[in-house]
Amino acid sequence: MQRRNLLLGAILVASTALAGMPALAAGDPFKIGLILPMTGPFASTGRQIEAAARLYMAQNGDEVAGRKVELIVKDDASVADTTKRLAQELIVRDKVGVIAGFGLTPLAMATAPLATRAKVPAVVMAAATSSITEQSPYVVRTSYTTPQVTSKIAEWAAGQGMKKVVTVVSDYGPGLDAEKTFVAVFGAAGGEVTETLRVPLQNPDFSPFLQKVADAKPDAIFAFVPSGVGAQFMKQFVERGLDKTGVKLLADGGITDDDILNGMGDPALAAITGFHYSAAHDSELNKKFVADFASANDGMRPNFMAVGGYDGMHAIYAALEKTGGDSSGDALIAAMKGLAWESPRGPISIDPETRDIVQNVYLRRVERQGDQLWNIEFETFEAVKDPGKTGS
Amino acid sequence: MSDTTLSHPATAARPDAGQRASRDLLRRGRLKPAEIVFWLATAASFFLLPDRHLLLSEIVILGLFALSLDLIIGYAGVVSLGHGAFFGLGAYVAGLVSVHLTGEPLTGLILAALAAGILGLATGPLLLLRASDLTRLMVTLGVAMLLLEAANRAAWLTGGADGLQGVTINPLLGRFEFDLFGTTAYAYCLIVTFALFLLARRVVTSPYGLSLLAIRDNALRARSMGIPVGPRILGIYAFSALIAGVAGALLTQTTMFVSLDVLAFHRSADVLLVLVLGGVGYLYGGLIGAIAFKLLQDWFSAITPQYWMFWMGLVLMVIVLIGRDNLNALPRTLMRRLRREDRA
Repeated sequence: MQRRNLLLGAILVASTALAGMPALAAGDPFKIGLILPMTGPFASTGRQIEAAARLYMAQNGDEVAGRKVELIVKDDASVADTTKRLAQELIVRDKVGVIAGFGLTPLAMATAPLATRAKVPAVVMAAATSSITEQSPYVVRTSYTTPQVTSKIAEWAAGQGMKKVVTVVSDYGPGLDAEKTFVAVFGAAGGEVTETLRVPLQNPDFSPFLQKVADAKPDAIFAFVPSGVGAQFMKQFVERGLDKTGVKLLADGGITDDDILNGMGDPALAAITGFHYSAAHDSELNKKFVADFASANDGMRPNFMAVGGYDGMHAIYAALEKTGGDSSGDALIAAMKGLAWESPRGPISIDPETRDIVQNVYLRRVERQGDQLWNIEFETFEAVKDPGKTGS
Repeated sequence: MSDTTLSHPATAARPDAGQRASRDLLRRGRLKPAEIVFWLATAASFFLLPDRHLLLSEIVILGLFALSLDLIIGYAGVVSLGHGAFFGLGAYVAGLVSVHLTGEPLTGLILAALAAGILGLATGPLLLLRASDLTRLMVTLGVAMLLLEAANRAAWLTGGADGLQGVTINPLLGRFEFDLFGTTAYAYCLIVTFALFLLARRVVTSPYGLSLLAIRDNALRARSMGIPVGPRILGIYAFSALIAGVAGALLTQTTMFVSLDVLAFHRSADVLLVLVLGGVGYLYGGLIGAIAFKLLQDWFSAITPQYWMFWMGLVLMVIVLIGRDNLNALPRTLMRRLRREDRA
């Protein structure tokens, strides 16, 4: 009888000890679910972000505030309902503390309500439509927003005394965002957008549009196209001799994406772009980032996607450090608000009100240094907030 | 009832033929043991795999979508590369109903089904103009592309490339909330799919279904036998569109989101792949194909998120090559194999 009681007691003790284990948060691994397009047309986004996230972990160790950090990478092939399902599975099955990634706007939009419901922070590392952070109080962004960059290009253009500009954008969400911002900001600064041209997203042929531009004889042309087709755009721009006629080419920096810039050749030299990150950014931190990234990834050059992923990881690490290992969603989000740090792109911070990124926007021109092309920054707008937010 | 309709003068002269036909139909209409096992296993998955309900819902939705395609390819011989149009329309209608009308799921489901069915009726006649497979591929593909571009243009209605915002679905029957684990969603998808499966099964084992088979095998001969080929094809096409619309609506309602992606070409291509994988012409092809396709995809992409497509392609090729089959023979060999396994 006594022995049985002893046995029972032992089992009870053992079971409570086992049940008590998860409560000891310090011993638990902290999981980050990274959902990226690893296949399909946007695979390069996923490749860059994954490489950057792994680099961050290699540089900073995989332990924060006494908790081991685990990275789970999932491929959504940029299909919105897959993104959402994967996020849901990561939350309910893998019990991740944070979901991150999101290559395109619809993917982030689909997942935002889920973040609210599950109270799990979602760190947007790529998608750039302004309104994403308004979809849920649990969304934090470490990439950039289209209006943030475009508004500064427009301001700069007006400051240079340009009066007439024609816009050429790809006909999809971010392109229309850019067009809207440029027309508004450039108009407010006293310039005039004489024509707004929209090019189909699929199989674009820019020549008829560029002919229209040539006929209109503007001071400059503002372009926003997805990074992949940027090369083709600039090639046709130069082939038509537009660069010789004195028409300036202004564009969002996605057009001279660092990842593929070297393959573009001389036509890229015509572009003046505005952006938040260049692999040629002049700082110690960035030099180390570019060198480490290249050595870990077979010579690949990091682009703006990579820096978004790298800083996203930093935001997660820093927040977890701040909460002392408490991984509840509310604590993490509270900790991320107002974070400020030095990133490879320059000083950045998370706006405590909008949870969106505040960062420098640089104007750059493409220059050849040795046998490589680089985006060289020549003017800086400091601590730019997203102008797309209501009330700012 | 069917006996009296069958004994019109032509068959009355040979009563045994009419009787044979009705007996044959009855036999086809009966559920076979393997089918009962299949559905029991499906129901069991609900209880045995509680943490995979999200993936299972996705499988069931894809399966239902493939089943709808099987109705036209396997039973009427109408090929389509644009079945995603109906799926996408159903998805958008369900989303819009929830945003502007009511979050009640069944209303959205029914309206989505009707909308897709009507689109099927409206575009069906295009398939009859030129009854060649290539033309039909082109026409269906064209309809799907038109719809995609229309949805892209109508950003004020559909949210354009950003996707439709604000889709919220009320609890099912006012009681079962759509939870994070996808349990309600899975039960909902399963029941709707099972009900539509029974309906589809009833349709293809009816005299109407038999006439479709005759059209599939030889349209010219069917016409000369007095079967009204056009209306028959139109009917099954609209019915198939309706089911595809329901599948789309289920996707919207269980994920509470809809974006242009539902109308994208890869939906139509995937569903065709799934159907070929599972086999055409016996209704289970779509469901089995969806299970195999999704599980393989889930498994490979968990192992290698970057290169899973390569392995997926390899496996699909091996399956098709080992089966050394075309579209029509696959189900038969599969069934034969299944039967052989049953005996072993």
